[in-house]
Amino acid sequence: MNNILVTKEVTKRFGEHTALNKVSLEIPENSIYGLLGPNGAGKTTLIRIINQITFPDRGTLFFDGEPLNSHHIAQIGYLPEERGLYKSMKVGEQALYLAQLKGLSKSEAKKRLKFWFERLEIEGWWHKKVQELSKGMAQKIQFIVTVLHRPKLLIFDEPFSGFDPINANIIKEEILKLKENGTSIIFSTHRMESVEELCEYIALLHNSEKVLDGKLSDIKKEYKNNIFDVCLDVEDGDSLLKELEGKFKLRSSTYRPEEGQLEFTVELPFADSKEMLVHLSNRANIVRFIETIPSANDIFIETVQSKEVHE
Amino acid sequence: MNKLPLIIKREYLAKVRNKSFVIMTFLSPILMVGMVVLIAYLTKINDNEKRIIGVLNESGFFSNEFLTTETTSYVNFKDIALQSAKDSTLQMGYYGLLYIPRAASLEQVAENAFFYSKEAPSTTVLDRLENIFQNRLFQQRLQNLGVSAKEFAKVDNRFEIKTATFSGQLNLKGINEVKAFIGGGFGYLIMMFIIIYGGFVMRSVIEEKTSRIIEVIISSVKPFQLMMGKIIGTSLAGVTQFAIWILSASLLLFLVFAFFGVDLSVLNNSAHLTPGMAQSMSPMDEDIQLYAMEFIKIPWFMLIAFFVLYFILGYLIYSSIYAAIGAAVDNETDTQQFIFPIILPLMLAIYVGFFSVFSNPHGPIAVGFSLFPLTSPIVMLMRLPGGIGEGGVPVWQLIASVILLVGTFIGIVWLAAKIYRVGILMYGKKPSYKELYKWLKY
Repeated sequence: MNNILVTKEVTKRFGEHTALNKVSLEIPENSIYGLLGPNGAGKTTLIRIINQITFPDRGTLFFDGEPLNSHHIAQIGYLPEERGLYKSMKVGEQALYLAQLKGLSKSEAKKRLKFWFERLEIEGWWHKKVQELSKGMAQKIQFIVTVLHRPKLLIFDEPFSGFDPINANIIKEEILKLKENGTSIIFSTHRMESVEELCEYIALLHNSEKVLDGKLSDIKKEYKNNIFDVCLDVEDGDSLLKELEGKFKLRSSTYRPEEGQLEFTVELPFADSKEMLVHLSNRANIVRFIETIPSANDIFIETVQSKEVHE
Repeated sequence: MNKLPLIIKREYLAKVRNKSFVIMTFLSPILMVGMVVLIAYLTKINDNEKRIIGVLNESGFFSNEFLTTETTSYVNFKDIALQSAKDSTLQMGYYGLLYIPRAASLEQVAENAFFYSKEAPSTTVLDRLENIFQNRLFQQRLQNLGVSAKEFAKVDNRFEIKTATFSGQLNLKGINEVKAFIGGGFGYLIMMFIIIYGGFVMRSVIEEKTSRIIEVIISSVKPFQLMMGKIIGTSLAGVTQFAIWILSASLLLFLVFAFFGVDLSVLNNSAHLTPGMAQSMSPMDEDIQLYAMEFIKIPWFMLIAFFVLYFILGYLIYSSIYAAIGAAVDNETDTQQFIFPIILPLMLAIYVGFFSVFSNPHGPIAVGFSLFPLTSPIVMLMRLPGGIGEGGVPVWQLIASVILLVGTFIGIVWLAAKIYRVGILMYGKKPSYKELYKWLKY
């Protein structure tokens, strides 16, 4: 599989402060790539370098196999976290201007804008001034302008902030559609539930360094700690519990005799659940037997915190 | 693809369509002409006030010196005491009372004369009265010396030395001031334009920052392109405004002149004098004609060419500094500490120009300031109406000044672009000079 974007040991300093330290990433084509990290980790700096707003002190970037250069700007769409529009300009005029800055001809830009305005049901806004729009409405315009020139790579920095849940959903659907049509997407956010939903790959930046990257499902596998959450329907729970404690590494456990329910968590080496299941199947009815897999949020917090402990 | 024209177009239209711009553009000439009309009207009213002055003349030295003019008339009191003259002056509502006492000599009379009035009298009235006394004293003294007025007129002669350059070109007294004044007008225009439109550039940058569109834009264009597009677009809007002003102001002034019945052909006459006509003229006319010739001889084409050159370079230098300031701050109130150092050299240039260049266009201070790049656009333009080469600005100074200005232009725009590039992406900070210096190294 091709990589749409590769960064090699990208380093950026602002005076004494190092914003990025040897960050190497590979962003696969036609995927949604989550760029995560706490505030000040260097996400925005990296994104600005990709957009050639700032330039790295060291390291190289490759876009679609070629060293990144100014021609690639037209193939990248960027929705910054700090975004806005000219307040006194009319919506249509402004969208046309921004589209033309991306290299579209006026007529082509008009045609595509018409399509998008109809699609998001905002045709009536063309002659409105931006200051008459609500924040969510302005965000829709910004989204359209970002994707209008059909870039190969889209970069969204906190795309859902400012949207109500309904419109956030509309935008999420549009992002997924763009991905289906072959666009690669970098997605920078703090909202972990949207990472879980959208991203196939993630990279975690912390204190200017990459601390983790790869396929989200692989990372999750790596981060699972072989702990199973078990719930049994059993009559003499106390004796079973004693038996199990002798054989397995039980963590917490509770037994409610009146309901006949035994709940416990257990750590099984190499996630080998067969032996335990054999043992249990003769003694009790299994209500629940689940391997607990960490969420992206858990991984995020765990990684960041363990880094801070080490430092 | 070059995106600069797109940016220039947007900045131009954004400025020109702005309501306050439209209002300012069309209101200012009306206000200005209104002021002229108002001042003319007020002056007329002021002049129309007729003053009546009572004169109590007890001496024999004055008889028919007090002649009624358009604005002043005199009423003679006869054979009454000073106090009752004062009372009746007050009662009649006259402007004041001139008291000329009786004395042995004119000198003593003059010494003891008094002017009484309700309030402190206007200087024009006093001047007129003092003139009457001075004339009378002058005549009296001539008489004492036994010289008649006619004889005196013969010997009375003012002398002016004629000046010329070594190549024999005739100089006219005061023409330096006139020339510097014309150059000063150009210089002043540059200063005003820089302060007004530099401010516009700065506010436009701040607006992009506060509306948070800046990062969207510079993901498509280079910050330098955006900055230059902004500066050029805004200045074109300014040029448009000036063009509208000059056109409408001259049109309105023409109408006003027509309304007040001033014959415009009077103004044109002096410009159309031919050498042939000059010979049939009196010496006085010849002088005026010389000035007119000198005025025509001012190298207008060269002057305007250099005006454009200095204007463009000076404006670009200053407005890129303004753009950098706009990028460095978050709102306009934070700009004060940075704006003062910019305005300083401009003010200095104007004052040095008016005080030093007017009296001595080629003195060391004038030369220094016309070489120093931050003041040269203004000061050099004040020197240039004197011409280039002999009798004017030495060629080397002009070349040095332009080279210094171009060098500074490149340097300043480069530095400003660096600050701009970093500053537009910094939010919520009020930077110090130290920090700006750090930004240069990013």
